[in-house]
Amino acid sequence: MSAGVLPAVGADREIAVFAREIRRRALRMTSRARSSHIGSAFSCADILAVLYGGLLRVRPQEPGWSGRDRFILSKGHAASALYAALSRRGFFPSEALEAYSGDGSIFCGHASSAVPGVDWSTGSLGHGLPVACGMALAAQLDHRDHRVVALLSDGELDEGSNWEAILFAGHHRLDRLTVIVDCNGLQSLAATEETLRLEPLAAKWQGFGWWVAECDGHDHASLRSVLETARHQSGKPSCILARTVKGRGVDFMENSVLWHYRSAQGAELDSAMTQLE
Amino acid sequence: MATRTRFEVKNGVATREAFGQALVELGRVNPDVVVCDADLSKSTFTAGFAKEFPDRFFQCGIAEANMVAIGSGLASGGKIPFVSSFSCFVMNKGFEQLRVTAAFPNVNLKVVGTHSGISIGEDGPSQMSIEDLSLACSLAGFTVLSPADEFSMRKLIRAAAAHQGPVFIRAGRIKAPIIYSAAEEFEIGKAKVLAQGSDVTLMATGLLVAESLLACDLLEAEGISTRVIDFATIKPLDREVIAAAASETGAIVVSEEHLADGGLGVRIAQVVAETAPCVMEFVGVRNTYAESGTPDGLLDKYGLRAVNIAGAARRAVSRKKK
Ligand SMILES: [Mg+2]
Repeated sequence: MSAGVLPAVGADREIAVFAREIRRRALRMTSRARSSHIGSAFSCADILAVLYGGLLRVRPQEPGWSGRDRFILSKGHAASALYAALSRRGFFPSEALEAYSGDGSIFCGHASSAVPGVDWSTGSLGHGLPVACGMALAAQLDHRDHRVVALLSDGELDEGSNWEAILFAGHHRLDRLTVIVDCNGLQSLAATEETLRLEPLAAKWQGFGWWVAECDGHDHASLRSVLETARHQSGKPSCILARTVKGRGVDFMENSVLWHYRSAQGAELDSAMTQLE
Repeated sequence: MATRTRFEVKNGVATREAFGQALVELGRVNPDVVVCDADLSKSTFTAGFAKEFPDRFFQCGIAEANMVAIGSGLASGGKIPFVSSFSCFVMNKGFEQLRVTAAFPNVNLKVVGTHSGISIGEDGPSQMSIEDLSLACSLAGFTVLSPADEFSMRKLIRAAAAHQGPVFIRAGRIKAPIIYSAAEEFEIGKAKVLAQGSDVTLMATGLLVAESLLACDLLEAEGISTRVIDFATIKPLDREVIAAAASETGAIVVSEEHLADGGLGVRIAQVVAETAPCVMEFVGVRNTYAESGTPDGLLDKYGLRAVNIAGAARRAVSRKKK
């Protein structure tokens, strides 16, 4: 979980470039709009790079393709990173991102399904997982093999709705469902362990009947390997606790609650962009 | 100038039971129909569907809010989910999920709230839903239905399934007086004029439709020409029928087994204000919660009877003359 430069060797080089592009685009978007949540976007940039860099079955030219894997960004405040990932994957040109949060824009500050490739609008925490359960149930009923992936924040697990859904998914053996928790240990004002203690988190999910794995949420090879293993779980939903660093990629943003709401401007923006070259 | 015979109360099955029957019929013809329950399927009558279609029935446990979001996910996967519980639980506990996961993305979810109103009786106020219409109508894009008897419930459940978009359907616990024949057709958004009249209009929904028909007989006997309209659709409202009643009778009484603050009355008042302002009176639960009792005793005590509606109509007619 150490901070620092991202590994860029062999097959992972492309994913590293993908992740860096997500960060650069998300930073540009939030700075231009003077909006929040860049720390949250950076925290999950590597997860999104692995997903949209090849792991999710999607067709950028046909966003509503019925055989696609569904993805819900339950931590909808990291929308800038999702939009950036979708543009990088080719759902729309990167220039479209310039409209982010502006008047009349489809690129809302929290994830909006008006954007091509976004399966579900989010923003009110605690709803991505229950809806993903319903999607996985529909797929199970129709014997379809697409997967449903929901990316949650760790702070979001304070919402009780998640625990109702965790109970439901375990009981109904929703093995088409994978949850990734972006465990950066922080929420908007303080550390998760100071706000409402979550640990031991893996044991909690296991107790509800889930297959659970932990990995470094910035290590692309490790993320890909654990997501592949999750895909082949039978009879159980899967949960990946991705251990991450909030603000990852820019030294003065890392592990700081300040960058949950602060927007980078001027010298801070220049310095951040330089670090992301 | 009575244009109909006196209304005789003949009880049919409860609207919740008619809902359960309609659901089974629907399941036989439409494989996309699925049902979610929150551990009340015997009371909500979805148990019949569960028995015939166990693979399309999903137990969500005592977690109504989660059931709503699960239903939204199922709808997103191409299903036509009916999620059902007591109205007070699914609407009050599920409201955030109804707003965020159903109304906002405009999914094809059908929400059925049974045991509405105070006529559930003995179980008391914690189980009584007297704000569900108000809540449901505040969800943008939702269609809101409140059938008065078994026949209108059966037809409207079918209409709800055929309608693309989120729908809330209100059902009651006790046996409901029969208003219609099995052959009557219903269309979402269309109110039914059950009696023509020119002095006053009684508008109602649910159990209060039968009470309004009884009130009509009392008023006609006094020479007050009374129109009666059943609003089985609360949203979207039948604006034409409201505007015509307002301009032609000049006095309206709206009755519902619901808090008078919100619900059908205030919604009709909005349409009246926008079209043909006239004298209005409201019969409903007034800024309070009821208690345990017999259904009849509670309807008497809280003034939701034909005598109360007739009294309100006389007041409206006399205010009109001033
Ligand atoms: Mg966090």
